[in-house]
Amino acid sequence: MNLLKHKKVFIKKKHTISKKTTHFESLINSPYKYGFSTEVNTDQISEGLNLETLQKISTLKNENENFLKFRINAFYKWKQMKTPAWAELNFPEINYQLIKYYSAPKKKKKLNSLDEVDPEILETFEKLGISLNEQKRLSNVAVDAVFDSVSIFTTFKRELLKLGIIFCSISEAMEKYPDLVKKYLGSVVPVSDNYFVALNSAVFTDGSFCFIPKNLKSPIELSTYFRINDEQSGQFERTLIIAESGSYISYLEGCTAPKYDTNQLHAAVVELISFEDAEIKYSTVQNWYAGDKRGVGGIYNFVTKRGLCVGKNSKISWTQVETGSAVTWKYPSCILAGPESQGEFYSVALTTNYQQADTGTKMIHLAPNTKSRIVSKGISAGNSKNTYRGLIKINKKALNAISFSQCDSLLIGNNSDTNTFPYINVKNSSGRVEHEASISKIGEEQIFYFQQRGIDSEEAIKLMISGFCRDVFSKLPMEFALEAEKLLELKLEKSLT
Amino acid sequence: MEKETVINNTNNLLEIKGLKVKSFESNEKNKEVNIIKGINLQINKGFVHAIMGPNGSGKSTLSKVLAGHPSYEITDGKILFKEQNLLELSPEERSYLGLFLGFQYPLEISGVSNRDFLKLAYTSQQLANNNDNEIDSMEFDYLLMKYANILDMNASFLPRYLNEGFSGGEKKKNEILQMSILNSDLAILDEIDSGLDIDALKVLSKTILIRQLENIINHNSKYLEKSLLLITHYKRLLNYIQPDYIHIMKNGKIICTGDSKLSQQLEKKGYDWISPTNFTNSNEYKLFKTILQVAKNDEKLLT
Repeated sequence: MNLLKHKKVFIKKKHTISKKTTHFESLINSPYKYGFSTEVNTDQISEGLNLETLQKISTLKNENENFLKFRINAFYKWKQMKTPAWAELNFPEINYQLIKYYSAPKKKKKLNSLDEVDPEILETFEKLGISLNEQKRLSNVAVDAVFDSVSIFTTFKRELLKLGIIFCSISEAMEKYPDLVKKYLGSVVPVSDNYFVALNSAVFTDGSFCFIPKNLKSPIELSTYFRINDEQSGQFERTLIIAESGSYISYLEGCTAPKYDTNQLHAAVVELISFEDAEIKYSTVQNWYAGDKRGVGGIYNFVTKRGLCVGKNSKISWTQVETGSAVTWKYPSCILAGPESQGEFYSVALTTNYQQADTGTKMIHLAPNTKSRIVSKGISAGNSKNTYRGLIKINKKALNAISFSQCDSLLIGNNSDTNTFPYINVKNSSGRVEHEASISKIGEEQIFYFQQRGIDSEEAIKLMISGFCRDVFSKLPMEFALEAEKLLELKLEKSLT
Repeated sequence: MEKETVINNTNNLLEIKGLKVKSFESNEKNKEVNIIKGINLQINKGFVHAIMGPNGSGKSTLSKVLAGHPSYEITDGKILFKEQNLLELSPEERSYLGLFLGFQYPLEISGVSNRDFLKLAYTSQQLANNNDNEIDSMEFDYLLMKYANILDMNASFLPRYLNEGFSGGEKKKNEILQMSILNSDLAILDEIDSGLDIDALKVLSKTILIRQLENIINHNSKYLEKSLLLITHYKRLLNYIQPDYIHIMKNGKIICTGDSKLSQQLEKKGYDWISPTNFTNSNEYKLFKTILQVAKNDEKLLT
């Protein structure tokens, strides 16, 4: 039975008519409330990237030789590569010699209790709404707090360990479980995968490590909160999550940074491995500083996230809410290698002012009866540019594979830009691939319709945005869903204290 | 419809004086040209007015200007609604004051359900008018279903997204449903009859008439309270809802005002007939003069 439904849609829509500033355009320029910076004494490695830098990082982190070799190998690969230029992004060339590759708050000895953490930093996380304090912290979420280049503290570590769940910073894992890390590090995202992966593999400093043992469904959510503080430092996070057969884990990630006029670099690599009947749910709320109204400053966010469904009937689900960063380049992907495995990608990407986002996913079907599902919602306002780029690949052996994509774009105002680039590559005729795309607009007319019925413009935009994003927000864990909805509102609201 | 209304200030709902409007969006060619070139119009409580005219005469613009659409600039004149300067008010404030606009092309809003939209609109109106009796969901649904039944609308439209995938007729019915729920004092209906089949037109007209007559039916009042401004191309709507006054608009001006007989003439002869230079037949000219005279004597509503 040939069920190949092959709908290819390429959409490129541009709105560049300059018009009087409409009243609702002022709604999209809300201040960034996480833009403060914290004064802390730091251990740093001065700017510049060479072999010595790698050695210094490795020494500071007490790494064993294998990891230094891994870094050096990556560094040489990186030197031979070029910045990828295929994305719909415009940014000046990055001078890698002006970036600090290590910046960490000074510490005297190993942190075993919160008392040893610099109170300034604790306060910073409090301000960000992340309480590391025993009494105040959320009872159902374990948090790993990463400040610039290092992990500050991980809550519920001991409690989780009792269950057999390892949840700690990747530095700690490299020290305590070197074989486990070595086995999986770079196994899903090879060092030479792309320019930013090679860079990250050479200079990564911290991130989270999770290991869920067989048949265990984690009773609480694991989360990492990333904070960039130092003006010149880059953040190179590395996260590795391994879910053994029959296990389940829900992992959350949040990110913020201070307001600076300069651009900071964040190049992360995240690898997920899901064994037979295991499920990993990975959610991100990304709110890096996005630059000001004129597009000055903001984070350059180049992230490679990939999950490998290695076992039969395994599942990986990515949910992302991307609201920050001046430039976002990110394609959380799934390699469906196990038969009947499933990959999912749910995304809301909001760009305002001069933000640029090129984001999407890759679903690589390698085994029979695999399924993938993509729901992408792009919102572009101001003068921003929002691109969905997705690849569905169904290999010869992936018989009866099913893939469904839905890409909706929403334009706010008249100067924003949205693109959809779905790539579909099917190598056998037993599967089914569906792609749907739509573009809608919140403009004067829509808002006027609401206003005429007595609903003011802010309320109208809120209602339309939350309706537009509902399919994705419903995939987020409860607390995060509320936070994400609020975040979007804040970004779109005019007045904010 | 019988009227016992006495013309005095308290019955004066809407008053437009010397209104001139141009569009912000006008292109290079007609940059300085007004779309509306001086309009006077008075609508009293309980009266039904209709504005007819050819395409591009400025009818729809007038309705949007009254509701506060941001694309237009008022270059001259004033608009008083319930003795307040309408031009100083935002679109939502005008709505709270009791002005409703039924859109010629109702917008499709994805992700917002019909019911949520109606409920939010209703409660916003209540809040703005200091009505603290918050309606509960059951009561509201009852109100919705009451009008939905009159309009012959299936309940399945409620959870659907606002106007999304609605047929032309369903969209228009939805506008009338909103009008009925919000119960505004003045409803301006822009081409509410376009794209409707005859059955839908009958149902719509019936619902509009029920609104007009509601306080007589339900409150034993002798007076009509609600006013209506119909903007239309065709006479057929006026067969069901007989206006007290018909205004003919052309080139941004009201060129003549009369009673419902005027529309019959229009149906036969088209809009060009109304220009005095076009009168070839003395009978026609006589009729035109009579209509003008009637209107003048009637309410001093002429331009």
